[in-house]
Parts: sequence; C-alpha cells; structure tokens
Amino acid sequence: MTWDWQVFLQDTGGGETYLNWMLSAWGWTLSVALCALVVALSVGSLMGILRTTPNKWFVALGNGWTELFRNIPLLVQLFLWYHVIPSMFLVLRGVPSFVLVVFALGFFTSARIAEQVKAGIQTLPKGQTYAGLAVGLTLPQTYRYVILPMAFRIVIPPLTSESMNIIKNSSVAFAVSITELTMFAMQAQEETSRGIEIYLAVTGLYFVSAFAINRLALFIEHRVQVPGMIGGGK
Amino acid sequence: MNLNLDFGFLNWGVISSFVAKGFIFSVQLTLVAMIGGIALGTLLALMRLSGKKWLVMPAAFYVNTLRSIPLVMVILWFFLLIPLLIGRPMGAELSAIITFTVFEAAYYSEIMRAGIQSVSKGQVYAGYAVGMTYPQCMQLIVLPQAFRNMLPVLLTQTIILFQDTSLVYAIGAYDLLKGFEVAGKNFNRPVETYLVAAVVYFVICFGLSMLVRRLQKKIAIIR
Repeated sequence: MTWDWQVFLQDTGGGETYLNWMLSAWGWTLSVALCALVVALSVGSLMGILRTTPNKWFVALGNGWTELFRNIPLLVQLFLWYHVIPSMFLVLRGVPSFVLVVFALGFFTSARIAEQVKAGIQTLPKGQTYAGLAVGLTLPQTYRYVILPMAFRIVIPPLTSESMNIIKNSSVAFAVSITELTMFAMQAQEETSRGIEIYLAVTGLYFVSAFAINRLALFIEHRVQVPGMIGGGK
Repeated sequence: MNLNLDFGFLNWGVISSFVAKGFIFSVQLTLVAMIGGIALGTLLALMRLSGKKWLVMPAAFYVNTLRSIPLVMVILWFFLLIPLLIGRPMGAELSAIITFTVFEAAYYSEIMRAGIQSVSKGQVYAGYAVGMTYPQCMQLIVLPQAFRNMLPVLLTQTIILFQDTSLVYAIGAYDLLKGFEVAGKNFNRPVETYLVAAVVYFVICFGLSMLVRRLQKKIAIIR
C-alpha cells in the first residue's frame, strides 16, 4: 500500500479541494458541538438544580427529563427531531437541520449534565443551605450566592469530559446530512477511494478538537479554583 | 399541532418480518460485545496495573486512543480496514460485532481498573503471605471482588452499549433501528415508526436501568 496525501489537493468537482472541504466540515463539527454545549449546559444546569429543590414537582420534572433523554439512543433522538417533530408541529417545518441537530445533541447531553450538577450540589453539606436561609436569603438567593458558586467548581472535571463527549457525539449529525467531519469522511472516502488518508486526517482533527477543549477546561479549572480546597492548591 | 398518526399498520406480521430480525441482531451485538469486551477489558486492566512498562504502554495507548475517537469513526475505520487486512469483503453485521467488542473493551477496561484498585492492597499481600502466586491472587481474591463491586457500573455501560448499537446505521447493518426504518419506508409511515422505535428503546433502557438500580442496592456490601 502506498500513501497518497495529494488526494487532499484534488478537486471535489465543485471548484474546491478536498482539503478545503475538510476544513469547512471541521467548522461544522465545531459549531454543532459548541452550540449544543451551550444548550446542554444551560438546560442541564437548570434541570440539575430543579432536582435538588424542596419542591416535589420540580424534582419530578428534573427526574423525568433526565430519564427521558438518557434512555433513548442519540441517533433515535436525532431522527425524532428531524423527522417527527417538524411533521407534528408544522410551524417548525422551515427550521434548518443545523438547529435541529443542535437541540437534539444539546438535550441529549443535558440529561448527563443534569446528573453531574445534581451530584455536585449534593456533595455540599446541607448546613450551607440552612446557613444561607438562616441569614435571611431566599432559596433562589441561597442557590445563587452560596450553593452554585461551589457546586459548579466541583463539577468542572466531569463537565470537561462531557464537553469532550459532545465533540465525539456530534459525529451522529452525518445521519441528517450535515456535512460535518464524519459525513465528509464517508463521502470523500467513496469519491476518492483513499479512505485511509481521509480517515486519518479526520480522526486527527477529532483528537485536536477534543484536546483543545480539554486544555481550555483545565485553564478554566485553574482560574476559578478555591484556595484551601482539595485540588484547590495555593 | 398536527396529530394525524396511524399506528394501525404495525401489526404482528410487520413486526416479525421487519423489526424482529433487527432486534435480534441488536441484542446479539450487545451480548457478544459485552462478554468479549469485559474479557478483553479485564486483560487490558491487568496489563495497565502490572507495573511492567512494556505491558502498561500498549494497554494505555489502546484504551486512550479508542476513548478519544467517535464511535462512528471507529465503526467506519474497521469497516474499511478489516477487508484490506483479510483480503476479502466482510458483511456489515460481522464487522460491527468485531468493532464493538474491540471498542467497548476500552471502556470496560477503565471500569475494571477502578474495580481492581478498589480492592485493598492488604488482601493481595495476605494472598502472597499464604503462598499464592500472582495469577492465583488475581483469580481467587482480587477479580471476584472487583467484578462484584463494579457489576452495576459494568451493566450501566452495557445499557449505553445497547443504545450505541444504533450507530451501525453508518455502515448499513440491519439492527433494531434499521428494522423500524425499513418498516416505516415500506408503509410510508416514517413518523410513526420513529416514534415507536424511540418508545421501544426507552422501555428497554429504562427498564434495565431500574433493574441495575435494584441490583445495586441488593449487592452493596455494608462496610
């Protein structure tokens, strides 16, 4: 077998090289993953917080949300967003598939994040909530000023691995014709028959993306660490 | 809201001729990958904890590499590489079974590593003290406890594995999801079949995770 890396300089037939196509596919992968991460972090934190409140309806809502989005495979959820929801709600017919994928991936991941956030809040001693309430803060204020600043710092490491997972999971977007890296890999492999070179490059880009997220999260973790706590250093 | 759904076509005949075949393959794939993955994963975990550099390095490389590549890409890689290596084409189903076993081993090995590390060192020393060899110590003292401690986590990983089997879509293997999809295309009722597929996956995965939760309470060792 011989290498043929020049395949990336070939024209795709659409006036651009495979290299250009791959870079734009990388852009799609990153945009899907990052937008979904924003959705997942906001919805997941909200659901995680609801699950720790004293209100049983909030707890039930948070629990139901988590179980629903955790127990259906991501690909099936994606098909629900792509095929089922637009045909049931006709207003959503014109929504671009990019948005649907972002919500599918974001809600799927939100269930995992809700679990981490809940666990993070529960590791704090109950006394902290009571102390907050005792000095006259309302429950939302207690969450805002006492509980969450600590809980979010505690969950940074598991959230980091979820953020790396979201890059990997964004690969399912190939199934609804988003031209992200995996879709590029499948199509370029078919067109050029240089699968190994194409797959190696794509796999490399996934590595780089996940590694970059990892470094960024580590940087954030160091910036926000609380002195005096385990792993808090200084 | 447009709720013009008709599930009438999904009778027993349709299910047994389209869906059952896919369901059987999904379960088969899950079970083979679970058993093979745990066996290979345990071996990898033992290699990583052996303290010998020539065993630790390849095992760590194997686990870290597979854990940082999307499963869909791994499925595509194997589907491309296996025929090149054995010199003849291989069916999507068989390729999927090999891929999942190899891939899941990386995840199971991390669980087994944590399990082995959860057994206290004193027990290994006690084993050596009564004259056991290293393999005997592992087989008779450490691994049984590691399995027991990690059983809920291993089973939870298996539920995730079952969900992930739907990704064989990428190479066109005929699994549960594909079965529903084909039925939906045949009767021009894709919306209903995707909905039913989601419900079926949910019932299976939620049911299993409830069982795991009960098991977890039952086998927890009071310390």
